[in-house]
Amino acid sequence: MTESIEQGDVNRIPVESPPGPVKSFAFAASDLIARRREASIAFVAVVLFVYFAASTPAFMGVDNMRVISQYTASVAILAIAEAMLLISGEIDLSLGHIYAMTPFLMYFGTEAGLPLPVAVVLALLGAGVVGLLNGIMTVATGVPSFITTLGMLFFLQGFTLTISDGFPKNAPEDGISDILGGARFAGFIWAAVVMVLVHILLVNTRWGIYTVATGGNPVGAREAGIQVKRIKVGNFVLAAMLAGFTGISEAIRVTSIDPLAGGSNLMFLGIAAAVIGGTALAGGSGTVIGAFLGAVVLGVLRDGLIVKGISSFTYNIILGIFIIASMFLNAAANHLRIRMRKFA
Amino acid sequence: MNGDDAIRAEGLAKHFGPVVALRDVSIRLGRGEILGLIGDNGAGKSTLIKILTGFHQPDAGQLFLDGEPVTLRSVSDARQRGIETVYQDLALINDLPVFLNMSLKRELTHRKTPFLDKRAMRTLARERLSEMAIRIPSIDTDVALLSGGQRQAIAVARAVFSDAKVILLDEPLAAMGVKESLVILDLIREVKRRGDVSVIMIAHNYAQIVDVCDRVNLLQHGRITYDRAVGSTSVQELTELIASEYRQRGISHDDPAPR
Repeated sequence: MTESIEQGDVNRIPVESPPGPVKSFAFAASDLIARRREASIAFVAVVLFVYFAASTPAFMGVDNMRVISQYTASVAILAIAEAMLLISGEIDLSLGHIYAMTPFLMYFGTEAGLPLPVAVVLALLGAGVVGLLNGIMTVATGVPSFITTLGMLFFLQGFTLTISDGFPKNAPEDGISDILGGARFAGFIWAAVVMVLVHILLVNTRWGIYTVATGGNPVGAREAGIQVKRIKVGNFVLAAMLAGFTGISEAIRVTSIDPLAGGSNLMFLGIAAAVIGGTALAGGSGTVIGAFLGAVVLGVLRDGLIVKGISSFTYNIILGIFIIASMFLNAAANHLRIRMRKFA
Repeated sequence: MNGDDAIRAEGLAKHFGPVVALRDVSIRLGRGEILGLIGDNGAGKSTLIKILTGFHQPDAGQLFLDGEPVTLRSVSDARQRGIETVYQDLALINDLPVFLNMSLKRELTHRKTPFLDKRAMRTLARERLSEMAIRIPSIDTDVALLSGGQRQAIAVARAVFSDAKVILLDEPLAAMGVKESLVILDLIREVKRRGDVSVIMIAHNYAQIVDVCDRVNLLQHGRITYDRAVGSTSVQELTELIASEYRQRGISHDDPAPR
């Protein structure tokens, strides 16, 4: 057998030629495409911003910036929540209804005499429990999360209407109301904070790379020893708590808790923002910053069209085109990546 | 002799309902040895590998690691005992760069924080790849962009550097071109040269087995029917072994055809 080794050594050929300039270029190009989703959506946001600023003087006013920030904040946080779930290979259709339910949990907490901060924490835990249920139902039964969370969507819709008797309530006020959502730009600042924290979670922690692994290659991730079910359930809980938080923040900002706030529309805007920002519905890839920027684009677009006096119907038409176009872009980028592989 | 075996199994049996996958398998793997495992599709190779990795529990029989009887409760249990598997699908994550795949489940973090120390992982991955003479365009490249051979090489290198004592390679050369196969065979020789790791390699290409393995075992109908050092066998003999089984199957009907 030593003979065969020596024989092999004689036949040994260079492992692989070192990457020449052409290969390096191909790689640089494909890497750029792989990572440029954030850059391209940032570019779109800037272009829209500049366009509306140049064409409509009122657009740049502080008051209008506030409106944009209000349009953006909740959608951005929901987009970040959905992005983490989509990357892990799941989706949560009930986030918009968790958003509506959570402020009521807070409300009943304060009604029972709890201080607001305690009520907020308990409400967020309540939201987390819903996320936990979504996650456990999904991973334990193998039923797609599209179905389990669709069930949760209707359940929560009825639940929130029941506990509220179908009427809005006044939001509790306290010293921390301003921090939570009352102060100017509070919601937007929270969205930015959430973006930074969840981005770090996704890119710089084990949890983040296990999330990518879980969505990108579930079998391989399991073989590598990653507990994919735990990762998925954890992201359901995270998403639900983020949705609950922005629901509370928004309720405090408008000083009213509405059982019909948020809902499917807000949830779908969140998913749209995540997808426009470059998160793949198939799982395994996506960015938190992209999700945030996707929400900014939607917010600027919506506000800009209103300021310009264009019908809100048009907004939906443009939104629809945006979503489809960004899906095509995603597909084209993947196609290009595969072609680049041949040069590798 | 037996005490020197990195892994040894005696009388392994496993059935799935009415289907008997393994009847009575005894197999041994010496320290630093490379064992080629051959056998037709459905002969039970995958079942055997899955028992050795703790994925399946045998219905009968006993496993020994370094001469000590053990029960592998799970894949992570087996991994903790130093048995590492490179599956056919490689368990690589396409959307993560090479260096993160290299350190998957063994990530380095900055001291006392949950934050990944990517610089340290990059350095480590670079060192290890160059130690194994594996060339890739960049340590930051997403694995999706690599060729099949490069992906396989990274999966093998990951197993080698996981402090594994035993590495199970499940068809490492499947669907690979001539040049890429040579890269992987060189890599397996490199593993052998290091001497501290034992390897069981499933393969269908007998020339490659004879080329790189120390010993070859044939698994047929849930039994090891052939165990020989590669020095005393040949590609022709191995081919003839499988071919004769195929010819016999044509006449005999008491053995159900494997799936």
